[in-house]
Amino acid sequence: MREGFGKAMAELGQNIPEVVALTADLGESTRLSNFNKNFPERFFEVGVAEQNLIGIATGLALEGFIPFATSYATFLPGRCLDQIRISVCYNKANVKLVGSHGGLTTGPDGATHQMLEDIAIMRSLPNMAVVVPADEKQAYEATLALAHRKGPAYLRLSRERVKSIKRNSNFEFGKIEIITGGDDVAIFCCGTMVGEALTASNYLRREGINCAVINVHTIKPLDVEGVVRTARYVRGVVTAEDGQYRGGLGGAIAETLARYHPVPIRYIGMDDKFGESGQPQELMKKYKMTYLDIMHTALNVFRRTND
Amino acid sequence: MDTSSPTKKLAHHAYEIRKAILEMTTIAGSGHLGGSLSSVDILTTLFFYVLNYSENPLQTIDNDRFILSCGHICPALYATLAETGYLKKEELLTLRQLNSRLQGHPSHTDLPIVETSSGSLGQGLSVALGKALALRLKREKGRVYCFMSDGEQEEGSVWEAAMAASHYCVNNLIAIVDRNNLQISGATENVIGLAPLGEKYRAFGWRVIEADGHNFASLINAFKEAREVKQRPSVIIAKTVLGKGVKSIENNYRWHGKVFNRQELKEALNDLGTKGTARSEK
Repeated sequence: MREGFGKAMAELGQNIPEVVALTADLGESTRLSNFNKNFPERFFEVGVAEQNLIGIATGLALEGFIPFATSYATFLPGRCLDQIRISVCYNKANVKLVGSHGGLTTGPDGATHQMLEDIAIMRSLPNMAVVVPADEKQAYEATLALAHRKGPAYLRLSRERVKSIKRNSNFEFGKIEIITGGDDVAIFCCGTMVGEALTASNYLRREGINCAVINVHTIKPLDVEGVVRTARYVRGVVTAEDGQYRGGLGGAIAETLARYHPVPIRYIGMDDKFGESGQPQELMKKYKMTYLDIMHTALNVFRRTND
Repeated sequence: MDTSSPTKKLAHHAYEIRKAILEMTTIAGSGHLGGSLSSVDILTTLFFYVLNYSENPLQTIDNDRFILSCGHICPALYATLAETGYLKKEELLTLRQLNSRLQGHPSHTDLPIVETSSGSLGQGLSVALGKALALRLKREKGRVYCFMSDGEQEEGSVWEAAMAASHYCVNNLIAIVDRNNLQISGATENVIGLAPLGEKYRAFGWRVIEADGHNFASLINAFKEAREVKQRPSVIIAKTVLGKGVKSIENNYRWHGKVFNRQELKEALNDLGTKGTARSEK
């Protein structure tokens, strides 16, 4: 996923002279090496200082540049929320914040480095857009799209390579992406969980249950119309994300459907806990975030049974 | 009033700005009087002597930029902008009211003449550094001036910015610290010791210039020296008096976040008028 971002940045560097890149000692990890090599004048290393990272990015944005500020999601937004809230959001500064290593799939580094609250945090900030791409190609497209869209945005990437998702259309900011259609259960998902949801829907189809798999890559602004339209055709809804579902994608879908189309809804994601060290697959299994958990939950919501 | 010499002219502006601060905060019924008054002579020197700007002080090629990092003293900035003519004086009386552009802490989106929103301390120096780097990239000649309070120096993020500014050798960044020695809870040195503040900046690679923050000649010299610094950022530590100009509240930390009522305002304005403000000797 990070490769997609890095590739897009190299292109942006070539095509848009206003694009600049910043990092807090994680340039290689956030795949900015090529950008740095080709455009050293437009690359800013600030050291391990995320608060300053955001301030410098803001100053550059207010002077007409399009800064992409990168770190791990645990530090950005984790370390610099006040700067993001006031310098970026209140100013409506055209700063793109990129948090890599989002979610439990960060793995062996453990709970400190598995950012699970970023979607909920960023979603609550006025003027902030939140985008969670599902694979490398989508990370690439989303990066380009955000560069061309004025305003603060958060792009969440994960550490793990993920299988690319077969899709019919390109990334469209602010719109849900229908991966597969279905009229029994709708699975709203994002990021690394899109692949899991797709696997779950394939198995369920053999059982005669048709799931719509909806990639909600833009969590904010949410495609309310698209979400409600999808929910109208189904008996129940499941949300799936690699993060705290309270306030995250789960929260966003629940708020929307409670208002426009109340429907039974269940959540796959972190259940108000911290993670721990382990291999990504082991962690996803332990914290009930695999395709099997999605299947099980989709069946329950379809049959109106409880766990 | 005789305003023939430059410093006399500055003293006249400073008097008008202090008067406006007192009036607007009394009408608003809240605000931060102490730091607003201690900053006036520095802001006056900047806006009427140092800053290079034309039609609009913002966003014009080669203009200087001014960042107010300690947003709580914005009555001083608003009053200064009114004195320069960029705001109408009547608008000052809308401070802190519903639908006013003059928010209790400055808002860039409401009042774009303010370069960045501030109010949470310790963010301005980073934004100023970003602007300094941006001006360098754009090959613009303007400088970025960043005004901070002394209590603000307790924020760790100030030192993140200080470290990066000298690393990037930005000689187009000039910081000013309003060293009035007081903060909400009392003397800075009792709350959490800042001294030796100049030594700290020096150790971070900055040129440190000390000035008397109520003496225009001293301030003018300090800014002149700062503009000549090569290859590194500079900071002017300006010694000031909290509440400067109104004897009854000078050096009293309890006036950090208080304003006068209408009765007290009369006395304060009298005090201001009889005593004058900054010393204007050469």
